[in-house]
Amino acid sequence: MIGMLIARDVRRAIGGAAWLPVGFFLLVATLVPFAVGPDARLLERIGGGALWIAALTAALLPIERLVEPDRADGILDQLALHGLAEESVALAKIAAHWLTFGPLLLIAAVPGSVLLGLGEDVLRSSLAALAVGTPGLAALAVAVAALTAGLPRAGALAGMLLLPLAVPLLIFGAAASSGGGSGALLLEAAVSLAITAGAPFVAGAAIRAGRT
Amino acid sequence: MKPLLRFENVTLRRGGRRLFEGLNLTLEPGEALHVAGPNGSGKTSLIRLAAGLLRAEAGRIERAAPALCDEALALDRELPLGRALGFWARLGGTSDKLRGAIEAMGLAALADVPVRLLSSGQAKRASLARVAASGAQLWLLDEPLNGLDGDGVERLGALVASHRASGGALVAASHAPLAGDWARLDLGQ
Repeated sequence: MIGMLIARDVRRAIGGAAWLPVGFFLLVATLVPFAVGPDARLLERIGGGALWIAALTAALLPIERLVEPDRADGILDQLALHGLAEESVALAKIAAHWLTFGPLLLIAAVPGSVLLGLGEDVLRSSLAALAVGTPGLAALAVAVAALTAGLPRAGALAGMLLLPLAVPLLIFGAAASSGGGSGALLLEAAVSLAITAGAPFVAGAAIRAGRT
Repeated sequence: MKPLLRFENVTLRRGGRRLFEGLNLTLEPGEALHVAGPNGSGKTSLIRLAAGLLRAEAGRIERAAPALCDEALALDRELPLGRALGFWARLGGTSDKLRGAIEAMGLAALADVPVRLLSSGQAKRASLARVAASGAQLWLLDEPLNGLDGDGVERLGALVASHRASGGALVAASHAPLAGDWARLDLGQ
């Protein structure tokens, strides 16, 4: 059953706007050299962090389509009637969202690092950090999407909720990207794991509480 | 035989207003209940309570696994109707009932049409076909006649009759009269 839900969400994302966050990610990465100037050494130093800021802003884009359409259309109600716990539905949504967000972002990080003029070492550590961090980002996005589903101005509210909660990921992720060593990567993995493990329960409770 | 739906002393409050209090009802296999009442009297809330989507303030509710047809279509709009209905049938493991349900609601010719192009009456038929294909013994229908034409109403009547004959029960909330033999519950008095 969960496999069917994941397949459905992946199909809808690919048929919809899965490319949008990736395009946005590259766009933000392009803006950084314009904003701070073409100083190669400066870009090399801040590049890992800039990639992460681009990833965070890209993670905001899909939030409105993650939970709200299914809530408004009664899909979440029907899934509950089929005996699926809201937490399982949230878990399926997180898995499907990561599948259509994480790998694409990793691919986009390669041209992104070229735009920022990053060296091969920084690219390699950035890819590792993004691979470890994107499950946490995807889980956070689904939890925030469930919390704001059905509210007016949900998009802006979601940004206010997601960005502060993503700060720990940002700190350790950016440190791991900029050669902070395996310690930063391990701490990032721990944060990502904690968020991924907790998010289905937060999202599940939010879906239940949002029923009227 | 175990009832398919039982309310014991159920009280429901929405938005600070008490909609009903100490409500008792029992639905045995083969029985049908028409919930009537003016707008805002709690018909939809009663259906959602019976579905387990709302919690009662007090009282106990026991139910068999229900199927729900309400205002929300709950079908993927970008998919052809047949596939959109097929998703729920596969999820419930009742794919064998799908073809019969689509034909019973007169939707066979629309199976390849994307859901987003359906008219509101066709969407209602699709929603009822989803319930018919679910294989659930307890059907919960919220305003099932909305948008249906004469043919649709007749088909719904036939579907209801065969569901009851096969030992199913249903609750329908409707402000319009329903054809056939229904027990009646009036809310908001």
